[in-house]
Amino acid sequence: MSDTTTSGPMLAADGTPLKTSLARALRRQKLRALALIAPLLLFVVITFIIPIASMLLRSVENEIVSNTMPQATEALQSWDASSDTPPDEAVFQALYFDLFRAAEAKEHTKLGTRLNYEQTGTSSLFRTSGRNLDKVGEEWQDPIEDIAPALKDGETWYAMMSGTGGEALLESRRALWNQMVPGDFGGDVGLTLSTEIIELLPLTSAAYADWAIFEALEKGRDVSSRDPWEAVYAALGLDLRAEATVAAVNAYQGPHADDLRLLTANLDQLPDLTFRDAFADLDEDWLDPEVWQTIQIYSPSYTSGYFLNAVDMEKGPEGAQARPDNQRIYNKLFVRTLWMSLVITASCIVLGYPVAWILANLPMRTANVLMILVLLPFWTSLLVRTSAWKVLLQQQGVINDILVWLGFVDDANRLILMNNATGTVIAMTHILLPFMILPLYSVMKTIPPTYLRAAKSLGATNWTAFWRVYFPQSVPGIGAGSILVFILAIGYYITPEIVGGTDGVFISNRIAYHISSSLNWGLAAALGTILLAVVLLLYWLYDRIVGIDNVKLGG
Amino acid sequence: MTVKRPPLLTFTAPIVAVLGACLGFVTGNVFGKPWVGFLIGAAIGAALATALAQLDGVARWKKTWGTTALFGLAGLIFGGTGGLVGGSVVGLCLGWFATWIGSGRYRAGVPTYYTAGQTLWHNTFLFITALIFFFLVAPLVPVMWLSFNAQDFFTFTPQMLAFEAEGYSLKHYRNFFEGGGSPGLGLIYGTIIGAAVGGLLQLLPNAERGVGKVVVFAIVGAILGVIVGKMWGVSGAEWMTPLKNSLIIAPFATLISVSLGTLAAIGLSQSHVPFRQWIMAIMISPMIVPLIISATGMFFFYAPLGNWLEATLGLNQSFVGYVKVILAHAVLGVPFVIITVTATLVGFDQSLTRAAANMGANPVTTFFRVQMPLILPGVISGGLFAFITSFDEVVVVLFVGSAQQQTLPWQMFTGLREQISPTILAAATVLVTISILLLTTVELLRRRSERLRGLSPG
Repeated sequence: MSDTTTSGPMLAADGTPLKTSLARALRRQKLRALALIAPLLLFVVITFIIPIASMLLRSVENEIVSNTMPQATEALQSWDASSDTPPDEAVFQALYFDLFRAAEAKEHTKLGTRLNYEQTGTSSLFRTSGRNLDKVGEEWQDPIEDIAPALKDGETWYAMMSGTGGEALLESRRALWNQMVPGDFGGDVGLTLSTEIIELLPLTSAAYADWAIFEALEKGRDVSSRDPWEAVYAALGLDLRAEATVAAVNAYQGPHADDLRLLTANLDQLPDLTFRDAFADLDEDWLDPEVWQTIQIYSPSYTSGYFLNAVDMEKGPEGAQARPDNQRIYNKLFVRTLWMSLVITASCIVLGYPVAWILANLPMRTANVLMILVLLPFWTSLLVRTSAWKVLLQQQGVINDILVWLGFVDDANRLILMNNATGTVIAMTHILLPFMILPLYSVMKTIPPTYLRAAKSLGATNWTAFWRVYFPQSVPGIGAGSILVFILAIGYYITPEIVGGTDGVFISNRIAYHISSSLNWGLAAALGTILLAVVLLLYWLYDRIVGIDNVKLGG
Repeated sequence: MTVKRPPLLTFTAPIVAVLGACLGFVTGNVFGKPWVGFLIGAAIGAALATALAQLDGVARWKKTWGTTALFGLAGLIFGGTGGLVGGSVVGLCLGWFATWIGSGRYRAGVPTYYTAGQTLWHNTFLFITALIFFFLVAPLVPVMWLSFNAQDFFTFTPQMLAFEAEGYSLKHYRNFFEGGGSPGLGLIYGTIIGAAVGGLLQLLPNAERGVGKVVVFAIVGAILGVIVGKMWGVSGAEWMTPLKNSLIIAPFATLISVSLGTLAAIGLSQSHVPFRQWIMAIMISPMIVPLIISATGMFFFYAPLGNWLEATLGLNQSFVGYVKVILAHAVLGVPFVIITVTATLVGFDQSLTRAAANMGANPVTTFFRVQMPLILPGVISGGLFAFITSFDEVVVVLFVGSAQQQTLPWQMFTGLREQISPTILAAATVLVTISILLLTTVELLRRRSERLRGLSPG
């Protein structure tokens, strides 16, 4: 080719420079490979990586407090947590309106449960208070309706509040609802507040807008004819209590201004009630500064609280601190999980090494038959093997029966092999043993038997030949098998759950408990994140030592 | 190999006496007098070794089983059925050991220059390894045995141990297979359809013709027919409904992971793949991440997804439930498909595809006619792994599924936790049988693949 083109780049058959042509071919090849990979990659990312990532996010997410009680958490910002007094009236007032909305939407119990993880008793505090909030509102509703009977009627209210120009308030209240109950509050409310009434009665307008949005969009009712809820009357009472409002009402010319003037004329008949006292009546605990400390600590949208919890710490007013001794369980559980996984890995090495050695050194035909004995448990359902161990290990089980029959164990004190760490270690060693044997075998298979013979012919004893020549070459297999077994053991759930009792369970059992029983999902996610970090670290090691591509499955 | 016989008085008799003493100790312990048993056992061992040494010219197996029978008989006379079993076991051990030592076969596995110590170590090592193999397989035996228990216990009853007929029954199997349609009808339909499909395939151009293929298709059709026939219209049965769910979920999950996984493995095996390491890491991750974490993540992900599907698309709740579990299981099966298929592709000669292209085949034809038949064993064994993963999976389905999607392992898990009935053991036995069948399939496929690639003659 270079005969014809003495200068310039080398050309391909179609006349383009060879370099370009090759680059194009390479690019096409890359694209084709990626196109083949893309569907699966997308599938794995969407159905696996994203769920894991969302779990990680959940371990720090804490929006429920500020979403359910937006006004109260804001008002609480200025409260000094180190003071021994409960916050002032403004906070209680905000709490009332927040909690009223939450109670109507039945969200207050969720918040109570959330805060209960941090401080016991909060759950019942929120549940009982939420049930009785109506009564607080009725303290105002009854006298207001006595003074101005027209306000008994929903249509009066609608006429009084309606007008033009109040869309901004309605939208801001709608946003608050959407925060609390995501995505439920779209659509037309059928109400436009008037600018004048918002100016005149700001709390009432906000409370009425809250009610109207909930009534129209959640319950699907027509707001123009329905009575507002009790919180609106309480808000009206609060608005009228302000000095400036009385004067403004007297000058007000909007619809039903005379009803409002009736109220301002009879202000002395309205209750002189503070929300602080009202809440104290509902439950003494509202005056407990610790409750408020908890709420204040957990009002930010993101928290390290779950992670601190997962390592037996908690957030105090002065930052992270260790939990009291009797509440510490997770560190112990993590240590136990690691320790038991180590024990299991070690027993797998001890039991797996001779088997792999025999398999690698026997003639092919015999080794294949014996291999089936290794693969049979490997292919047998995990639950079958776990139930087998339950049958064997229980107090009336096969092992105890045989020992009693042979007279080695007294019938009255049979060995306790199950529902403790012993049971978990025995059963899991059996279950994970194939995962040790198979990588060990594939490594040992590559060690030429002539090396051992050479060592012996040079005068080494059997032991020296094994220890100085064979063993070092089988170490990669031990490494691969150990990390595989350890990774599998550390996240095991089923077997410890069935044969582990209370002393033999792993951190994964605790995660499952928090997911399905205690419903403390944030803590479950935090525990899972820590476990995942440990596993990924080991995985990285595995990759460095063995390489992911070299993972072999038996057979 | 001919081996020298060891001396009787200074070697065989004392060694057999030691084993006899040990067994005698254990037997004596049953009656509360271990040391008396120890002495009697030693005497019997020495006597047996001497007696067997006199029987020259009798085959070894005859000596072994003769001893077994003798000891069993003695046990029967002294201790009834239990004694028969115990005596037979002792007799088998002692008889085998005495002939093995006496004939000098214990040196068969070692070079002639080995010292006594080395031979001892070699045989001890073999013995230890045999114990480990026993540890691997033996736990499954009591499960199968107990599944025939006539009582609702997880433990052996005296009748079972005495081998009395009333101690055994098939009621747990009846319990397990209760409910469902007619497997007989399914068998007939399945065989006919299988044979018909096999027959029709013969009509294709370029098909390998032969009656054997039709028979294979008919057998496969019959098996599938029995399963489908049995599962047809099952609902509310305690064990058949979970089995049906498993049989719905696992094949679909396998189908998804195998089809996507094979494509991706082919893509990954090309020579220039950008970010190959990272892509591989992502695809293997479902196998590495502990199941409980995957389950937690999927729980948070699939619950809102399911609600959305039901609310927005108006899909049936139970359908959405199945879709969720199938997708979750499919992603768990992906790593196994990727690993096995990429491993098979390592041995695949890429010049074959170039040769096909050279002869005018388009990529699709090349894939189905050249590449696919050669990597098929890898794809099938990857598929089997994916199937087993899904079929055996509890944690994820426990978190993602609802009660309608209860699978067989789930039912077993709840059963084990609350210890409801030994029907679990019947289920376990059925599963062990299935896994033996699958194992055989994989082994046969492996041999076929090696034969095809000319790796081994056999």
